[in-house]
Amino acid sequence: MSEPAATTAPGDARGRGVAVQMLDMKRSYGSVQALVGLSIEMAPGELVALLGPSGCGKTTALRALAGLDDLDSGRILVDGRDISNVPANKRDMGMVFQAYSLFPNMTARDNVAYGLLLRGVDTATRRRRAGEMLELVGLETQVDKYPHQMSGGQQQRVALARALAIEPTVLLLDEPLSALDAKVRRQLREEIRRIQIMVGTTTLFVTHDQEEALALGDRVGVMSAGRLEQIARPTELYDRPATRFVAEFVGLTNRVAGTARDGRVAVLGTSLPLLEGSDATGSVTALIRPESVRLSAEPGAANHVVAVSFLGSLSRAQVQLPSGELVVAQMAAADVADLAPGTAVRVTVLPAPVFAVAP
Amino acid sequence: MTATRGSGQTRQRVARAAIILLIGGYLLLPMFAMLDFSTRGPGGSRTLDSFIAIGSNRDLLEGIFNSLATAVLTVMGMLLLLVPTMTWTIVRVPRMRRVVEFLCLLPLAIPAIVLVVGIAPVYRGVTFLFGGSALTLVFIDIILVLPFAYRALDGALRSIDVATLADAGRSLGASWPRVIRQIIVPNIRPGILSASVLAVALVLGEFTISSLLNFDTLQVTINLIGKRDAFISVAVCLAALTFAFVLIYAIAAFGSADQRRRQVAKEDE
Repeated sequence: MSEPAATTAPGDARGRGVAVQMLDMKRSYGSVQALVGLSIEMAPGELVALLGPSGCGKTTALRALAGLDDLDSGRILVDGRDISNVPANKRDMGMVFQAYSLFPNMTARDNVAYGLLLRGVDTATRRRRAGEMLELVGLETQVDKYPHQMSGGQQQRVALARALAIEPTVLLLDEPLSALDAKVRRQLREEIRRIQIMVGTTTLFVTHDQEEALALGDRVGVMSAGRLEQIARPTELYDRPATRFVAEFVGLTNRVAGTARDGRVAVLGTSLPLLEGSDATGSVTALIRPESVRLSAEPGAANHVVAVSFLGSLSRAQVQLPSGELVVAQMAAADVADLAPGTAVRVTVLPAPVFAVAP
Repeated sequence: MTATRGSGQTRQRVARAAIILLIGGYLLLPMFAMLDFSTRGPGGSRTLDSFIAIGSNRDLLEGIFNSLATAVLTVMGMLLLLVPTMTWTIVRVPRMRRVVEFLCLLPLAIPAIVLVVGIAPVYRGVTFLFGGSALTLVFIDIILVLPFAYRALDGALRSIDVATLADAGRSLGASWPRVIRQIIVPNIRPGILSASVLAVALVLGEFTISSLLNFDTLQVTINLIGKRDAFISVAVCLAALTFAFVLIYAIAAFGSADQRRRQVAKEDE
């Protein structure tokens, strides 16, 4: 397991964001350890996506940052100020929840203006600011609607506007898209990114959806069993996983038998460099990305195409090796067009570094 | 098929009318009997003397005031006790929900006479601290209405996502009292209305405890007057029943109007 503390953020400060440091956070529920010394540092204006399976502690970390859950130990610094003992309503953080959280008795405008009301902002300014925020999320025509008159996507947009209206020090997004259908989810995901870049608020985004995390995050932190496995830029996380868990959890992976020696692994007739943290000697299972696998039709070859899935510009072909192992290759759709099921193919692997684990 | 559906609807209408008539008769016949009895005058004439006498009977007026004031204070006390407690339990200590439910339902299982025997020594302290006013019945009445009020409020709280709404309010900067006052209460209004109706009905009808603790409430006074003048006693009963019906109808109408307003808003979408 890698050291979880090595998490310093890149210094790409934006807008009016503030630095956030979560240091050695621990939290247990009975015998279950939800957070095991979790440390994450966020640069001003950065969007960090916390990714992990259900129960890995990502929501607990976010709620601890919001002040909605208590920590057993650890510290939280925002802009250098220790807020570990500050109650949730004094932390000045905006939050969007997984469940629809608009106040049912208030219109969209009143929902957005509520945080400003609590801050003693006068009525005219509240109305103007709420209108601006709803315009920012594309709902300027829905200001007088009640939550039950809006779709799920609209409700989450209003919730985002409500969270941003108070000009929070930190924006917290707790799986805000998980209740929406795929198309709305993609649209809103892009909108969240656009707005976050525009306002420049430091943002923590919790999700179990890899695509969402990789698409949105300046950096993505992968959590497992209360620990941070790795935090890195999306491309680094994908191409150079630091642990077995990250290699297996993030993206699609082929598990192919190989032999490791001297920092390299021989697999499918190609010698590939091993990533740090891999099992480095003897028989291993190499974890190879589908896009690193290449296929070419070769009559008489021992590998056969089993199935082809068309994904638009890309296609995925499943190939059975003589050993019985199945390997998935992801290539441009045009390159797979001639590979019908049953076609004999040659399988090669691009010489990118791979992660290897004990078989 | 259309004919079958038509005859089915007719049968349903007839059944509905029969049920309404039956229930209406069950409720209204005794009231007509009470009206008939309380308006009897000498020589078969009709008079409203019994009803007019209500206004001039000091004991009765005191009993009415005591019961109404106790009912209002009981509703306020019950809501102040239950709404924050139940909200807090849901949001912060959900595992205690069963315990709170058990404690609230407990008075249902204890007979009033047992409750009085147990609470009489406590009331000596209450009388010492707050005086001998009948309004001190509020303390025991709050306990009596807990089971009914809990059920009504629990249903309303289950219909909204209390934990998420409270978290949202807190993250926007609201203190706990504000969360309850501005976010939770407006969204459980039907439950609050139901709990209040039940509490009022229970307090106005409560006799055993008031009588055993020697407080002059409406029911105790009616009982005493009944021994002296049955006509006034029945007139008061009829007035009290009518008042209770009107109150319940008004609250139900208020609830339906609210529901209709929401429905209209939904249809305007």
